[in-house]
Formats: sequence, structure tokens, C-alpha cells
Amino acid sequence: MTPLTAELPTIGASEGPAGTYRLFAAGSNAGLADHERTFGPLPVHGVDVHFIDVLEAAGLTGRGGAAFAAWRKIAATEDARTGTLISAKPVVIGNGAEGEPLSFKDKTLLAHAPHLVIDGLLTAARAVSGTQLYIYTTAVNIPAVEAALAERHDGRRIHIVEAPGTFISGEASAVVNGIADGIGLPLDNRRRLSESGLKGRPTLVLNVETLAHIALIARYGSAWFRTTGSERDPGTRLVSVSGHGGEQILEVAGDSGLGQVLANATIDPSTVQAVLIGGYHGRWVRPLDYRLSPTGQASNTVRPGAGVIHVLTDSQCGLEATAQILSYLADESAMQCGPCMFGLPAMARVLNAIAYGGGDPQLVRELDRLSKLVTGRGACHHPDGTAQLVSSALETFSADVAAHLAGSCTRTRGRTA
Amino acid sequence: MHKNEGADGMNGTLHIDWTRCDGRGLCAELLPTVLDRDDWGYPLAKRAHKSDRSNVMIGPADAEAAREAVHLCPKLALSFSVQQFGSGR
Amino acid sequence: MDNALWAFGRVSGFISLALFTGTVLLGILTRSGRPLLSVPRFSITLIHRNLALLATVFLFLHVGSLMLDSYAKLNVIDVVVPFVGAYKPFWQGLGTVALDLVAAIVVTSLLRHRLGQRTFRALHWFSYAMWPIALAHSIGNGTNGTSKWFFLLALVSVAAVVGALIWRVSSNFLETAKARQGGLS
Repeated sequence: MTPLTAELPTIGASEGPAGTYRLFAAGSNAGLADHERTFGPLPVHGVDVHFIDVLEAAGLTGRGGAAFAAWRKIAATEDARTGTLISAKPVVIGNGAEGEPLSFKDKTLLAHAPHLVIDGLLTAARAVSGTQLYIYTTAVNIPAVEAALAERHDGRRIHIVEAPGTFISGEASAVVNGIADGIGLPLDNRRRLSESGLKGRPTLVLNVETLAHIALIARYGSAWFRTTGSERDPGTRLVSVSGHGGEQILEVAGDSGLGQVLANATIDPSTVQAVLIGGYHGRWVRPLDYRLSPTGQASNTVRPGAGVIHVLTDSQCGLEATAQILSYLADESAMQCGPCMFGLPAMARVLNAIAYGGGDPQLVRELDRLSKLVTGRGACHHPDGTAQLVSSALETFSADVAAHLAGSCTRTRGRTA
Repeated sequence: MHKNEGADGMNGTLHIDWTRCDGRGLCAELLPTVLDRDDWGYPLAKRAHKSDRSNVMIGPADAEAAREAVHLCPKLALSFSVQQFGSGR
Repeated sequence: MDNALWAFGRVSGFISLALFTGTVLLGILTRSGRPLLSVPRFSITLIHRNLALLATVFLFLHVGSLMLDSYAKLNVIDVVVPFVGAYKPFWQGLGTVALDLVAAIVVTSLLRHRLGQRTFRALHWFSYAMWPIALAHSIGNGTNGTSKWFFLLALVSVAAVVGALIWRVSSNFLETAKARQGGLS
């Protein structure tokens, strides 16, 4: 266990941004000049495999949804590289696919702070001696990334690959498959990507926001990273706030209170019926006294996932909203795996029936049965995430379920089924 | 991790490649105590280790049947390895 | 001796064709994913495979005995290269084509795990070509003596295979078809 003061010897020359305004400190549409003026140069030549210890000390977790400790992934890739007889040259991929419709933090980051993402990619690559670098993102983000790469001399090795705008395109094996074959569908994973990914090489896939944080940690160190957030959830994260009539990106401290975040977003808590945290594979919560942290008890903590915070107002029905999401998720199945291909549409039909129609109590049992049926059976976690959303909806909107089965709805308009 | 469960031999893991599986049901016939079929014919592990029903634990008594299932699967969707169960991923 | 070889050559040919007919029917049944009465699916698969191998054995006997028979004038080249034979070159050539297809199908099936599903499937589709070619060969190459019962056998075979093909393309062919109909939204 490395001490919290672990630092690179060449770092510490300048102080990092104070407070939670970090990733966009260089301003909007920051070009290379603004970027270097604000953050200073990237001390890339001081980065080697020991940077992994710095990341461990920083406690950075992935910002793509799974919240896996970033240092562990990088260490696994490095281990895979050195574990083979002839050192296999790793591939490092910045994942900007952002298939989650409620998330827009990655596209905002790529538009306004692409140099931080590129810095992070170069840093991660140096830590694992990676030789092939990719940024995988949707068409709308590519011009900004291309422009940023064109400004730099060290961006030559980075290839930009276009991602399809599908929900599952951001899944790690789908990213690798997308770059390899242009087919952005998940693969059956018998081996971890860190051991064998793109072209059989050790492959490291990191969310673009994670890379941006890495770029700052490389400059200012792990102690600086921990000056905001908490012990269990250090640093900051971007959140995409929506559902209240507007869309906002906020950079918030780790382990923030949900109520505080909504207040920062100038959302009146009295208009909030419930909040969907994490995205379409996330969790509905109410009331608002939850902390946003990857670890903690479910009764007072909710996992931020990809940082989606979607507000449900009093005039909306939580079951209808979830039923619509579920129909979307069923349509977005890769259609490769039976339980997902057939199970998700079946779940959508049942939940839509509960939300919009019949009052048959069997429907709830059937939905529960189908959720359990699809969990753990598929090449990726699409069915699992979907089942998780459904079960959180049934729990959080249990009063609505009872009302719908009795032929009414709890929302303020009082619509009858 | 225990290498031998019982005097007969090793535990094994049957991995289901869902991207190939078409729910034809031969594996469920050969391993009736391990696999059921769901509403659409796909194999359903009766016991799940940490809700993972893609890597199914196979006891030593079922190892031969598991190998037969791997061999006969019409979609080559199965693979069998010994002592991988619970090795952590 | 020659007569015996000639007779054996023809009989083994008929047996091979009959076994291949059964193989095709069981192959279609295998694809449906259905059991047959009390015979489980994995047994259907195994019987299909074993019947194919048995049919192949009789095919070798058919070709081997005719190569030894002076009347048939069959040599090694004719066995692999079609339409260059001395006796009824066209009809015998069809037999060669069928044999070549059988070789490709059987080898890729036995090596399915090594060659992968795509190669196996691509070659296996040729079964639908192999069977009618083999049947045509047996009708065209045969002599008149036994034509009545052979004609009956051929008719029954054609009826069975055509019936199976109609079943093959029907909407409820797959055992799982009904259950999966509501699936794709």
C-alpha cells in the first residue's frame, strides 16, 4: 500500500486548481494555448510505470459508469504486457462513445477540453508502454478532437475511430470490436481485455473523463486530487443534469449530497418527484438525502455511474417514464444473445401494460420473474443493468404500482388508467 | 481454491457463449441436473455463482456429460475448463 | 467374379443412397431442434452423424467395387474428376460430383471444432445439392433390370425429402419458433 504522499519527483512545480472547477478551468473550446496557459505543460517524460502508484494513491475510479479503480485496470494491462514471453505492446483507448442518451458530459469534455483527454491518453499509454492509441467517439465529436490533435506535435500516434450512436457502443468489448471490425457489438469475453483485446494485445479502455483526471493528476499529483471529495470518493466528477426543463453539466466533488447537487443546478427540490441516478442502467431514488458515491450503503448512498442525474417532476409518472426507457433498452439490444433479445422486449411489454393499461397483479410477478431470468445471461451487462433499473423502479414507485393496479396514478394530474 | 471435490475428480466450469447460443437444448438434455431451459429455449443454470449464469459450475459427476455437450452443441457455443470455478475475474 | 462385383457395386450404391436419404431427413430434423417421440435431441444429432458415416462407408464400397470391376471401367481419375469417364460419362460424372461433395461435407463436419462454425455451415449447405445429384446419378447410371422397385424407392425418397423441405421452410419449423415470435419488437 503506497503512502498517500506518493508523488512523481518532477511534479509539484505549479499548484492545481482549487475547488471543484478543474476540468473546464481553461475555458470553453480551449485550444492548445489556453490549455497550456491554464494547466502548464504535461510532464509526460516523467511518467512511467510508477505512475500507477500515483493513481493508486489518488484513488481515481473510472468515470464511465463501472467505477473500477483506474490504477487496477492500468496495472492489469501492464502485468499482461510484461507477463508474456515477447512483450506484447498494449493498446490504449479513450472511450468517448457515450451511448447513454441522458449523458452528455463526454461530448462536452471533448468539445471544450479535448487537450486534457489527449494528455490523459498519452499519460496512460506511457504508464503501460502502449504503442497504439485510439479515441473512440461519435461523429459529432470528431471535428473538435481532430482540431485538437492537429494543434499538437505529440498527437500523431492517436487514431480517431467513429463510434455508432447506439446505447451499448460504450461497452468495453463493443469498443474493441468497433475499432477492430467496425461492428460495435459486445464480444463473448472469456479473457479480460487487459490480457487480450484489440488484435490479441493487452488493451486498456478508459472513459475520456477518467483520462482528463489522469492528465491533471500527472501534473499536480495525488494529494492535490484528494483535496476535494472524500476518502472513499476523492476528486471531482462531471454530472449531466436533465429532466427539469434544461440540461446542465456540473463538476461536483466526490461523495456530494444529491440535494446539494440539485441546489447547485438551481432545481427546486419541491418540484422533484424522484431522480434517476446513473442513467438507463441506474437507479431511481427519492427522497433526496442520498450521497453520490461508488461505495456505501444502499440506504443512504447511490452509485453515480456515468454521472447522470435525471429529474422526474410531479406531473410525470415514474412507471411511464421507466416503461419508455425499457422499450428503448429493448430496442437497443445487440440482438446477439437470446435472454436479452427476447427477455427485454417481454419485460417492456409487461411494464408498459402496468404503466398504461391493465390492473393485473400477475404483471408485477411476471416482471420480477423476467428480470431474474435475464440477469447474468448475456455477453454484456445490458440485461443486468436493465433488470436493475426495473427493480429500482418497482421499489421507488411502489405506491404508483399499487395505484396503477387499482386503476389510478399517483401523479398530480391524477390520470386514471 | 479446492482442487478436488470428492474422490472422483475436479470441478469444472461450463462457459456459455451467448453470442453463439441458439437455445437448441442439447446441453440441457445432457445435463438435466445442471441446466433448464428458459421461455425461449436458452439454457438456464439451475445454480448461479454470484448471479453468473454464463459460467456454470460442473461437479465431477457431470464432467463427461459436459464435454459431450461441448462436442455436440450445434453452434459451438460451449466450452469446458476444469478448476476455473471461482478463480475470480 | 465380375458379375458379383458389378452387382455388389450397384447394391452398395443403392444402400448408400438410401442411407444418405435418411441422413438428409435426420439432418433437417436436427436443425429443427425437436426431439422425435422419446428420442432426445442429442441422440438425433448422433444418429444423423452416424448414418452419414455409414452412408459414406457404403459409398466407398460402391466406388471401390466398381473400380475393381472391368465392366464399369472406373479408374482413380474418374473418382475425383467428373465427366471424363468411359462408361456413361455424364451420369457417372454426377456420381463423382456427389462424391466430391460428400468428401467436403464429411471432412468439414468431422473437423467442425477445428475449422469453426462458419466453414462447417457453408459446406453443409451443399448437402441440399449433393442429394439430388446423387439421386440423378443413380437413376441415369443404372441399367434397366431392376428399374421397377428402384423406381418405387426413388419415388418414396423424393416424396420424403420434398416433404421435409416443405416442413423446413414453414414458419413453425423450429421448436422455439412460437415462443420467440413475440420477441423481436
